[in-house]
Amino acid sequence: MVDYETHEYDVIVIGAGGAGLRAAVESSATGAKTALICKSLLGKAHTVMAEGGIAAALGNVYEQDNWQVHFRDTMRGGKMLNNWRMAQIHAQEAPDRVRELEAWGALFDRTADGRILQRDFGGHRYARLAHVGDRTGLEMIRTLQQHAVHRGIDVYQECTITRLLKDGDAIAGAFGYWRETGRFVVYRAKAVILATGGLCKLFAINSNSWEGTGDGHALAAWAGADMIDMEFVQFHPTGMVWPLSVRGILVTEGVRGDGGTLRNRDQEQFMFNYIPPMFAAETADTIEEADRWYTDKVNARRTPNLLPRDEVARAINSEVKAGRGSPHGGVFLDIASRRDADYIQRRLPSMYHQFKQLADVDITKDAMEVGPTAHYAMGGVRVDAETTATTVPGLFAAGEVAGGMHGSNRLGGNSLSDLLVFGRRAGLYAAEYANAMPNLPGLNGTDVDTAAEEATAPFDNTGRENPYSIHHDMQDSMQELVGIIRKEDELGEARERLQSFRERSRHLRVDGNRQFNPGWHLSLDLRTMLTVADLITQGATLRKESRGGHTRDDYPGPDTHFGTVNIVQRWTPDGAVAREEPLPQMPHELAALFEGDSHADSAS
Amino acid sequence: MPTAHLKLWRGDDTGAYQEYDVEYAEGMVILDVVHLLQATQVGDLAVRWNCKAGKCGSCSAEINGKPRLMCMTRMNTFVPGETISIAPMKTFPLIRDLVTDVKHNYGVARKMLEFAPGAPAADGDYRMQQIDIDRLQEFHKCIECFLCQDVCHVIREHPDNLNNFIGPRFILQLAQVAMHPLDTNEKSASTADHWGVDYCNITKCCTDVCPEGIHITDNAIIPMKERIVDESFDPIRAIGRKLFGKK
Ligand SMILES: Cc1cc2nc3c(=O)[nH]c(=O)nc-3n(C[C@H](O)[C@H](O)[C@H](O)COP(=O)(O)OP(=O)(O)OC[C@H]3O[C@@H](n4cnc5c(N)ncnc54)[C@H](O)[C@@H]3O)c2cc1C
Ligand code: SF4
Ligand code: SF4
Ligand code: FES
Repeated sequence: MVDYETHEYDVIVIGAGGAGLRAAVESSATGAKTALICKSLLGKAHTVMAEGGIAAALGNVYEQDNWQVHFRDTMRGGKMLNNWRMAQIHAQEAPDRVRELEAWGALFDRTADGRILQRDFGGHRYARLAHVGDRTGLEMIRTLQQHAVHRGIDVYQECTITRLLKDGDAIAGAFGYWRETGRFVVYRAKAVILATGGLCKLFAINSNSWEGTGDGHALAAWAGADMIDMEFVQFHPTGMVWPLSVRGILVTEGVRGDGGTLRNRDQEQFMFNYIPPMFAAETADTIEEADRWYTDKVNARRTPNLLPRDEVARAINSEVKAGRGSPHGGVFLDIASRRDADYIQRRLPSMYHQFKQLADVDITKDAMEVGPTAHYAMGGVRVDAETTATTVPGLFAAGEVAGGMHGSNRLGGNSLSDLLVFGRRAGLYAAEYANAMPNLPGLNGTDVDTAAEEATAPFDNTGRENPYSIHHDMQDSMQELVGIIRKEDELGEARERLQSFRERSRHLRVDGNRQFNPGWHLSLDLRTMLTVADLITQGATLRKESRGGHTRDDYPGPDTHFGTVNIVQRWTPDGAVAREEPLPQMPHELAALFEGDSHADSAS
Repeated sequence: MPTAHLKLWRGDDTGAYQEYDVEYAEGMVILDVVHLLQATQVGDLAVRWNCKAGKCGSCSAEINGKPRLMCMTRMNTFVPGETISIAPMKTFPLIRDLVTDVKHNYGVARKMLEFAPGAPAADGDYRMQQIDIDRLQEFHKCIECFLCQDVCHVIREHPDNLNNFIGPRFILQLAQVAMHPLDTNEKSASTADHWGVDYCNITKCCTDVCPEGIHITDNAIIPMKERIVDESFDPIRAIGRKLFGKK
């Protein structure tokens, strides 16, 4: 018999980033007994790192902006693979969610007439991102955290979930351990919301916090939920490249939004050489026009520095490969020669500090060195657009762990708004599901025993493998073989290596005991990461085209067939099984928004 | 590769310092070196961190006796060959190695005054001028590293005071509500009274260690002390200030 404590709730929310906090607030407001569980301390979730802003068509800076324009930008940014209904709901509801945040205490930067200021970001037609300097995520998480805490929601912090529990086909709760003591916890619940964030800790160069190990993706897959679009991983074009120890740390797109430009070794503004046909009509082709655009959005076209992220990341990759990179293998990002020091410090205070303190670079005087960094998972748990319900009854998902909304590539700023819009919906519909259920689902004792056994297994192993080394080797392998550019034979090699990592992870050596033991925690995270790595690698192998966050060297262009399907995966005891599913059809009035577009890239 | 000589706290409060040598690379910060140690020599070394970019406030510790973020302390700020001591925050109960129990702070947060805005303008938008929120935005930069709570002598020397004194981080949060141009709480500063703002004798140690450079004492604590006095002696003036804008 395993020893564990039990808690009973109507709804439990796993994850306390923007999505989880917003979900918990909504669920608890319906009267459902709600708990919030997170593996770090409250307020430390990855969302805290978000910099540039929240995308919402408030129309405060350009009154021409509205949800249709935002919807269109989002779909085109995702190369038309997005779930259109999610993209529509997102664009329609984001403004209210931002205003609500303000009413809960968030202090966004202001326009001259005292309203919420909005900034330019890649792929957004108008200045659209509500922001607080370059620390918008901190503002969002603190506001939601204080709001949630004042609603009296129960919070279980530093508690990691390792398995979802089911009663027959439906969800019945979750199993986890306390970081501090290593003791086990069982949450019995009618509904479970996954809001566990992303997975970029799979890659060697990434912008994520330690929690980005894809736990929710794996938990859902193991519970039998459909996964969608897993091949699409966003490499943000601008991460720090030097010194090595900070490699990957994000440099916000706000630098380019506020006037910064990319240059190669020869000081050339190379983005002008990489304008794809799909965006040619709306992108400036001279430096003069691009610079004028910052102040005149009506008569000038946008700078190619702010093309969607996949385009910019590929361009940087090509420049470096062609030998035109910066000394440490990136390119230059220059705002120093283009804006005055006061402006830079006011608009980008965190960036100023980050470079000053970590790299000895004064960004008001010198150019930054930047290169692509694994940043965001477009793919995730497949959800119903209206309710965020997954294919497992009682299991809901919102935020980065959910898939579909962003298609093959996410626009900057569209994540924070996604968290709020779908976090709220997850809370609402999970509570509705739970409130309609008279009794708690049953608890299957054998499942709890199995979960406990697998959690303590690393201690029983008599092997010599160091979990930190396996993680390190896996990150290198994913970076090299399943990274920004992929091809058939390398993906095959990646699958073999994953097999060997799995084998090695059966012979772990974990020091110490269960009390606050990072070595043990990592060995459990290895299981989730290996599952997620399998899903990504399989999806990447099957999608024989290049689109958005998935670039195949052996299939360099978009493909007509693949432009009409999502890859959907399901986990089985023998690994992932994949199938293609046709994209949901957009209604006429929305399809009309894309008439006259160049379909050279969208291929649908 | 250079070698770092670390003297690091191991174990719970019955533990002791242990010395380690770790090879590290150019450009690294203390947290990188601690991670290297963890990955190669001490697999179960307990340490909190999330972002490694100074944004989450998880990696607080006392480095050579100074409360700091490990991820923002670069190795090249030490003399080569110097022994660097890394200890957990002293004010909070120790869990293990570098990890302390900071739950008390989350308990205080639950009891804090909540922001209560009035109605927005007719078009549904609130109006605030940038100049009126500049100082508040400074307060909002707090990453809850709790280094100010750790260093404040009122708590550090008398842990019992925690029951009567919320500490600098939370006076900041109170000021954040009290000075918000849209807040409608009556006599918001006076509620600060029973949070023990009086215990603070303005030594400014909290301001000195704040990694966000927030002027905790000058911009939040002193104005709150003044307001408490104002509100208790002159209720009319206090209400007037609410109605006619704040200073
Ligand atoms: C540096 C950086 C800057 C960014 N800037 C922007 C921006 O300007 N605009 C924008 O829109 N997006 C931005 N993004 C992306 C955005 O921040 C993230 O996509 C988003 O914050 C994810 O939020 P989330 O709520 O889904 O999950 P997260 O914030 O990642 O939270 C996940 C939560 O789940 C918990 N959790 C995970 N696994 C478990 C488990 N097994 N058991 C229990 N709890 C668990 C964690 O503890 C955490 O509380 C940025 C990302 C980065 C890295
Ligand atoms: S100024 Fe006040 S709150 Fe800050 S450290 Fe000194 S006594 Fe503590
Ligand atoms: S006020 Fe400064 S020192 Fe105190 S918790 Fe906040 S960031 Fe840390
Ligand atoms: S790890 Fe986030 S502040 Fe140091």
